[in-house]
Amino acid sequence: MTAFKGGIHPPGHKEATENLPIVQAGMPDRVVIPMSQHIGAPANCIVKVGDLVKKGQVVGEAQGAVSVPVHASISGKVIAVGNFPSPMGFDAPSVVIENDGLDEWVDGLIEHDDYMRIPPPELLAIIKGAGIVGMGGATFPTHIKLDPPKEKKIKYAVLNGAECEPYLTSDSRLMEESPASVIEGLKIIMSALRVTEGFVGIESNKPGPIARMTEEAGKVACELMTETYYERSGLEVDVPKGCRMGVKVVPLEVKYPQGSEKQLIKAVLGLEVPPGHLPMDVGVVVQNVGTAAAIYEAVRYGRPLIERVVTVTGPGVKQPKNMRVRIGTMFSDLVVQCGWLRDIATKVVMGGPMMGIAQSALMVPVIKGTSGIVAFTGKDTPVVDIGPCIRCGRCIEACPMGLNPGLISQLIEKGRFEEAREHGVLDCFECGSCSYVCPSGRPMVQFAKWAKRELAKKKVKA
Amino acid sequence: MDTPAGQPKTAPEPEPRFTASIGPHIRSGETVGHIMWTVSASLFPAAALSVYYFGLPALMVLAVSILSCMAFEAIAQKAMGVRVSAGDGSAFLTGLLLGMNLPAGVPFYLPVLGAAVAIIITKQLFGGLGYNISNPALIGRAFLLASFPRLMTSWPVPASTLSLARLDAVTAATPLGILKEEGYDKLLTHFVDKTDMYTQMFLGHRGGSMGEVGVLALLLGAGYLLVKRYITWHIPFTFIATVATITWLSGGDPLLAMLSGGLVLGAFFMATDYVTAPQLKNAQVAFGVGCGAITALIRIKGGYPEGVCYAIIIMNLFTPLLDRAFTPKKFGAPGTGGAKVKA
Repeated sequence: MTAFKGGIHPPGHKEATENLPIVQAGMPDRVVIPMSQHIGAPANCIVKVGDLVKKGQVVGEAQGAVSVPVHASISGKVIAVGNFPSPMGFDAPSVVIENDGLDEWVDGLIEHDDYMRIPPPELLAIIKGAGIVGMGGATFPTHIKLDPPKEKKIKYAVLNGAECEPYLTSDSRLMEESPASVIEGLKIIMSALRVTEGFVGIESNKPGPIARMTEEAGKVACELMTETYYERSGLEVDVPKGCRMGVKVVPLEVKYPQGSEKQLIKAVLGLEVPPGHLPMDVGVVVQNVGTAAAIYEAVRYGRPLIERVVTVTGPGVKQPKNMRVRIGTMFSDLVVQCGWLRDIATKVVMGGPMMGIAQSALMVPVIKGTSGIVAFTGKDTPVVDIGPCIRCGRCIEACPMGLNPGLISQLIEKGRFEEAREHGVLDCFECGSCSYVCPSGRPMVQFAKWAKRELAKKKVKA
Repeated sequence: MDTPAGQPKTAPEPEPRFTASIGPHIRSGETVGHIMWTVSASLFPAAALSVYYFGLPALMVLAVSILSCMAFEAIAQKAMGVRVSAGDGSAFLTGLLLGMNLPAGVPFYLPVLGAAVAIIITKQLFGGLGYNISNPALIGRAFLLASFPRLMTSWPVPASTLSLARLDAVTAATPLGILKEEGYDKLLTHFVDKTDMYTQMFLGHRGGSMGEVGVLALLLGAGYLLVKRYITWHIPFTFIATVATITWLSGGDPLLAMLSGGLVLGAFFMATDYVTAPQLKNAQVAFGVGCGAITALIRIKGGYPEGVCYAIIIMNLFTPLLDRAFTPKKFGAPGTGGAKVKA
């Protein structure tokens, strides 16, 4: 298994939380549920002020195909409907629910004992209905990702357990403590995709999770796979003689951004997704381990996505924790539970320090893609003066997509967006490796975002 | 719009005083200054050796060169109304390299003029750090060589005298100078034998510019830069290998060629300059070969005994072409990971 070229090795900073078991976060007094926590059309709010809702009840219906519903994460009363700040950086239509303390599930959750026999279309409907989106942070509707066009022959399902961002340990703890949920989720994914080979990529700095997941993966026997629905129903399974059937755990080199989808596929399978294409074009579908566990919860127990594991950490909190948090819990509630160092914290990031979104205030809710909250103090994030590109080439070495970020940033600086496109700025997925290594402190991610916006505008005009 | 009823019972909202910049929110900590000072520091063994061999005049030339470079940078930036960054280490490094390309006893106005050409013309007028099209120190040196040919070729005797000193009481020709004027066998007579010649040149007991004499000292510094990945092998090794190969093919002594002139200084410290050398590894190899070829050509066929300075300047001008000829392989481009896609 080859790793990808490029990448960086920032200090991991996972020691504070990698061995801390997940604890349940304190129940919030109220939650703010945004209608859009996913890529695609926002959900359509179907409740109004004064309505009483139960945990797991739909408060926003999916709008169209590329959309998912949102559910109440606590039981209580709707006290506000309107625009509230979202951690994505803008105000979003949201529903505010005040907790009645009863924590009652909504009626009608359907359990499935024999979930491996459920036909794929029904699986997708359950997954959509549960509001499941990519929980690694991208929040792409999972039912769409598991339903690629017929022409794409999918051969492999890969779970992303890399968790390459510094500080974050939520996926790592999930795999350590609930490996069965993750592996069962992978099996359901494989059933939905009609594939027989599943992989879990985990960075090798997580020996505990690797061991636990390997143990669980070993239980996925050949016979089990052949007893799935599509075999029984007579649908053809293309299984050449002697092929591997089952789930394999693949330890990966510790390198950022190993958890990036395309880099993960390269490391686990040796396949490179061509520029402008998607993993399905090389026969692969990738899902985050948290998403897999959520799929299991939904299919097996009928429970919609209403909570997730969040690592709250960083120098700005005294007691970092891995917490199971209800969607909609405010950041302010959580940092207080972790010993918030109010006077010295100067930056709060949703996600990891490389690609996470810095917050302007703490009155924002945890959403489906919130893998972590990292609080920094002043000396951790110095303000760097922007200097000229000295053509040192460190960014070229670091770029996992084989681009020349320094040159691209210079072109963008001069407004030469078309040339930036020719040099591949649209292939950039903003991992930040280039900015990380740049000795001149050039904000290359920011340049790339700017260029993409300008090029998109031109496309609309043309 | 409905408003929420009741105040939150948990901790009050801290005032929004967070930095909400775009990621990444962590940096490697490497800075331009750190790089420049590190390269300067790696030249310290060679510079110290020069001062040891050539005494106070050497120190004076180096100091004047460095101070002039920094001063001219500050003056030029002030005059052009841009931010003054003369203390960032790059002007210091240019001054150090310029000084090390000069004979030890030159009058002070040489490094001053060289610094002016290097910093004001070659660097600042083109846009400052990152925008110069050729190596400032080398342009400065080339200017001085053209303007003051006699002063620039009067090589003082190293303090701990040896065979070459017997030639001339005050100045001695460089080994390459002797090679060009009088031939290889004559050069050999200045030493006990071939091994002695190589050893003397390796350790620095010979005439030459301040920076070219201490090959061992230079290699120590270069070794550090290689280990810490400030430079890679792509330019210096191909540069030196090409000179050695062409020299050998034309019947000369490749080891002598590698040890003499400013080759080690030029290959490791000047051809590798970030701004003026290609960024892509394949292009760097081509660059190194080009530098080596031109150096060998000038040494063997040209009028000058030494060609490193001009070779690098010429190849600097080819850098944009080389970078364009060797664009990096994009992730997933045809011919890479073996993924066939039905578009």
